Amino acid sequence: MISIRNVSHSIDHTPILHDVSLDIPRGGITALIGPNGAGKSTLLSLVARLAALTTGEISVDTLKIGQCKDRDLAKVLAIMPQSTQVSSRLTIRDLVGFGRYPWHQGHPGPEDREKVEETLTRFGLEPLAHRFLDEISGGQKQRAFAAMAYAQSTPYLLLDEPLNNLDIAASRSLMRLLRDMAEEDGKTILIVLHDINYAAAFADRLVVMKEGRIVADGKPEKVVSAKLLYDVFGTDAPVCMMDERPVVLV
Amino acid sequence: MRRLTLLLGLALVAVLALLSLFIGAIPLDPRTLFSDPEAARLILISRLPRTLAAILSGGALAVTGQVMQILARNRFIEPVTAGAGQSAALGILLVTLFLPGAPIWAKMAIASLTTLVGSIGLLALIRPLPPTQPLLVPLVALVYGGIIGAVVTFVAYQGDMTQFIGTWLSGELSGVLRGRYEMLWIAGLAAAATWIIADRITLLGLGASTARSLGVNVARITALGVAAISVVTAMTVVTVGAIPFIGLVIPNLTARLLGDNLRRTLPVSALFGAALVLAADILGRVIRMPFEVPVSATVGVVGAALFLYLLYREPRHAA
Repeated sequence: MISIRNVSHSIDHTPILHDVSLDIPRGGITALIGPNGAGKSTLLSLVARLAALTTGEISVDTLKIGQCKDRDLAKVLAIMPQSTQVSSRLTIRDLVGFGRYPWHQGHPGPEDREKVEETLTRFGLEPLAHRFLDEISGGQKQRAFAAMAYAQSTPYLLLDEPLNNLDIAASRSLMRLLRDMAEEDGKTILIVLHDINYAAAFADRLVVMKEGRIVADGKPEKVVSAKLLYDVFGTDAPVCMMDERPVVLV
Repeated sequence: MRRLTLLLGLALVAVLALLSLFIGAIPLDPRTLFSDPEAARLILISRLPRTLAAILSGGALAVTGQVMQILARNRFIEPVTAGAGQSAALGILLVTLFLPGAPIWAKMAIASLTTLVGSIGLLALIRPLPPTQPLLVPLVALVYGGIIGAVVTFVAYQGDMTQFIGTWLSGELSGVLRGRYEMLWIAGLAAAATWIIADRITLLGLGASTARSLGVNVARITALGVAAISVVTAMTVVTVGAIPFIGLVIPNLTARLLGDNLRRTLPVSALFGAALVLAADILGRVIRMPFEVPVSATVGVVGAALFLYLLYREPRHAA
């Protein structure tokens, strides 16, 4: 379980998070949604110890963020950061292989190689395995980084807006892969999403944030409503139900 | 591909090393090597040390150039011209002025220390620069190196030592003799040691967050990388003088050919760097025999041509 207790956070004296508490039990996909600047990515990077925790407590299973070793946490929790400009020329196979680093510390064994090949197949990256990162499209790159996080074989997987710059086909196929991982591998996935419809369609639980606070939390059909869109996002959009799932008409 | 380049590099270094042993102002016939004691002496005292100096400095500079480019996250930078080289010269100058009686290891340690400070200063200076403007980094580095170079010139002028700074600021191998180049082995060792942390440096190239989330101790690996850069730069500058371009051109060449997985590319870079310095030094010896052109000048010409070629060549199967 990821347990977030009374976490507050400021960046350059600007408060970003106000006394946030949240429990994410094992299993399923939890989506963090909310308008820009709500603190979703900050919360995610605090859980992934990529930003220093100052106020409050976060623990992942038995590991306490801020006290546990980076190397130990790397075997429990993987994060795919918001797409950054990576200028490294690594082949896709090498990149995915580096996802195994916490386990082999630079000396990959047969099981590491096996995992890399399995990951490449699962993510449909085999035909691109020998290509360099700067020779593939933005969507393929996102997929490669998601594959790298998957190869890390951690029970918890954090993703920060993985659908940025992806077209509809790539977005849906990535979300389906995540769905598979949650259902088949029992992974616990915490994902920051921009698009409420994707969140409602693929997540088991939505956590809605606004101005550094959690304002709604629950199953998509309970959370997504025209009122929420108006209160949280400040926009008038009708919501209708299709196949028992809420759909925002944009 | 990688095995091929590795073999090519080895063959190049072997052939050029042989040439380097037998080409020079004093003619030397390989057939008399074992009969003529004078010939053997020439090899042992001058030609072999000179050849080893070229291999060690070239290999080490290429390797640390590659590490520097990853730490700075910029491909247009190399330590020797970006302030580290000048800081090494400043260190050895200050030591010569104020502690002339210090033992050689102490002088080297102080030069390494000033180089370390110079390198850290540069990394701190370029950190806030926006990654969207990749050319700002080499520009800032150029100005930074220029300022430290100016300080070196000023101190040398005040201390009446201007004739010395040339030997540090422009690399030359003609003065290399047995007993006067051995510090370069330390440079070679420091460069070789980066191989141990090659994976972790490669991960730093993916960004500090990615590296950290894979359990890499970012601060420690950065510090080790900067230390290796500083030791190599200081040892080369003090022993043979600054050799520019190696740390810029060779890493770009290997990255283009083989990518940025340092575990694979560092040995290739080392071989190519050694080959380039050897070739440039041989060229400097034959270009107007029996006089010599300093290796920093020939490397500059060859390196600039190579770099322009790399810049203008179409990238292979670009997306």
